[in-house]
Amino acid sequence: MSFDRRSALKILATGGVAAAASSLPAKARAKPEPPPGAMGMLYDTTLCIGCKACVVSCKQANDMPTDPGPFAGEALYDAPLDLNGKTKNVIKLYREGDVRSYSKAQCMHCVDPACAAACMLGSLKKDETTGVVGYDPAYCVGCRYCMMSCPFNVCKFEFDKALPKIVKCELCRHRIQDAAVTNAAGFTRYPAGQGPACCEVCPREAVIYGTRDELLKEAHDRIAANPGKYYEDRVYGETDVGGTQVLYLSHVPFAKIGLPEAGDRGVPHVAYTVQEGIYYKLPFVAPVVLYGVLAAVMIRNRKSGGGGGEGES
Amino acid sequence: MSGHSLLHEPVGGKLWTRPFKILVFIAAVGGVVMMWRFLAGIGSVAGLTDGYPWGVWIAIDVVVGTALGCGGLAVGLLVYIFNKGRYHPLVRSAVLTSLLGYGLAVIAVTIDLGRFWGLWKVPTHVWRWTHSPQLEVALCVAAYVLVLIVEISPAFFEKWRTSENAALRAFAERGISTMERILVWVIALGLLLPVMHQSSLGTMMLLPATKLNPLWFTPWLPLFFLINCIIIGYAVVVLEATFSAVAFRRQRETAMLASLSKVAAGLSIFWVAFRVIEVAVAGEIGLLATGKGVWFLLEVILLLIGALILLSEQRRASPIWQVRAAMLILLGGCLHRINTYLVAFTPGDNWSYFPRLPELLITFGIIAAELAIYIAIVKTFPILGGAAKSPVRR
Repeated sequence: MSFDRRSALKILATGGVAAAASSLPAKARAKPEPPPGAMGMLYDTTLCIGCKACVVSCKQANDMPTDPGPFAGEALYDAPLDLNGKTKNVIKLYREGDVRSYSKAQCMHCVDPACAAACMLGSLKKDETTGVVGYDPAYCVGCRYCMMSCPFNVCKFEFDKALPKIVKCELCRHRIQDAAVTNAAGFTRYPAGQGPACCEVCPREAVIYGTRDELLKEAHDRIAANPGKYYEDRVYGETDVGGTQVLYLSHVPFAKIGLPEAGDRGVPHVAYTVQEGIYYKLPFVAPVVLYGVLAAVMIRNRKSGGGGGEGES
Repeated sequence: MSGHSLLHEPVGGKLWTRPFKILVFIAAVGGVVMMWRFLAGIGSVAGLTDGYPWGVWIAIDVVVGTALGCGGLAVGLLVYIFNKGRYHPLVRSAVLTSLLGYGLAVIAVTIDLGRFWGLWKVPTHVWRWTHSPQLEVALCVAAYVLVLIVEISPAFFEKWRTSENAALRAFAERGISTMERILVWVIALGLLLPVMHQSSLGTMMLLPATKLNPLWFTPWLPLFFLINCIIIGYAVVVLEATFSAVAFRRQRETAMLASLSKVAAGLSIFWVAFRVIEVAVAGEIGLLATGKGVWFLLEVILLLIGALILLSEQRRASPIWQVRAAMLILLGGCLHRINTYLVAFTPGDNWSYFPRLPELLITFGIIAAELAIYIAIVKTFPILGGAAKSPVRR
């Protein structure tokens, strides 16, 4: 019996080595880059006056219901406290002593989006041209793994509906009808009424849109023109969590306005290194090899007349 | 194969006993709440929020539930791969427990899925498959349920081959001879699939990388989950064999369970050592002083105490210590899963989660249904081993 076990172990170990070997190239998961035409937004806390015009225009543009928030009894106001199943864009206030800042929250359109990495059938998908992370409910089963995975807690769910959907900002991709042009200031623009509603309505240009490259240049120009004005003279989203297409300039620490300091690696990096290493680098070799090894051991046991292999379930 | 009816036999006896009625009642209450959930939405029954989109339905019904269904994997590995034929009498009841654990987990998933009606697209829309670890879990769990049905089918064929209906008899005979031919390949699949999706259940929680406490966030999580499910599988088999021996007044398999317990103890000690060393090497041992560290210590210590009990040969041979140790190991093992999916998950300071009563009623209903179906099947079909009934000792 002990001999049997030893040789079974030996065969299993061979299978294990083969499986491990197939996962070795895993280290080479390429860092995703934004597409050349990646569209995004730039929000600047020093310009925002908290008027919430963007919240209203977002609801109109996306045909979203109102959320009375703390005024639920009166049902007079749209006053969402946070992103939720009725709200794709929100303005919040951070206050600590005399320090205060408004903060806008919506999808960051990550270069390496965790929500899309979570999605089983690609309902959440990054557009190959614009890089916008869009949502197609046709292939969504409502598992909410995207909500678990998003580092910014952006994906929301209609918990109060029997036939719910995932709700998230899609950079108003449904409004675009005509091709984009470049305006005098060098920003990529859609005709009026076709760009992101929050950017179009902002009276202070606290949030603007354009390609990611244009916005990065603008952000660095602002930092260069006002040294010390912005936190760490840094653009949030240039490298954070693998890069985002929505960029932030802030006079308070980013963590205070809901932007986690989570390193420069894409959120899916570790999970995908493991998963793709085992199953996809050498497509399905590891499970097939393991299957063969298991069957071989059983057939061998059966021939040797051991107690377990006599074909019973 | 003709020896089967000697190896396994139905327990028999009255089905509608009082405990059985209570189980059916709890399951029925869960069923009513479940209908309410489908009519009024998840928010009407569950305490889930935009910050905590997964609660007890996923963490307990699915993640723990499938681990409780790993008895089939654990015993199957021993019997078919390590050629330990003496554990063979345990296989069939372990496979039944697995089928129930996984079957009920699939129902729990359907309750939890917001857009459950699109679930059929997951196995069929091959061209839309992504590399999501959850896709791998979904496909492998679905396939494994089918494999388990095939694995348990001889129990039903054996019952039907003595049926009065000639067609059913012929069907049963054909089924038995088909099974004989394909069994190796089915069983190998029945070992491969849980190895795949149980490890992927660990990989899944690596995706919320920024929200998982570092004590649980480790690239080794898939391996921890895999070994963990085998440990839980052994504990379940020990408990199930002991309880059904007591409840149905059957011969105990104490000696066999003692050597099984030894395997569980060895694996547990390896798991605990690996887990603690991994955290130390990652330089996160300081986190043990935090609130979450207590949960880490709990999962490790429960497992360790259970294993240490079983290291003593004397205790290992005693049914009551077997049960105590198996309970501790089961608790510690399941806690690791609940910790990974709920406790270690921190979406932000402004979010909290605690299950609501209707949400729990669904979970309780699922557990009760599982037990009731188990009782009904072992009383009717040849599942449990040991032909001789032990004398009543009361």
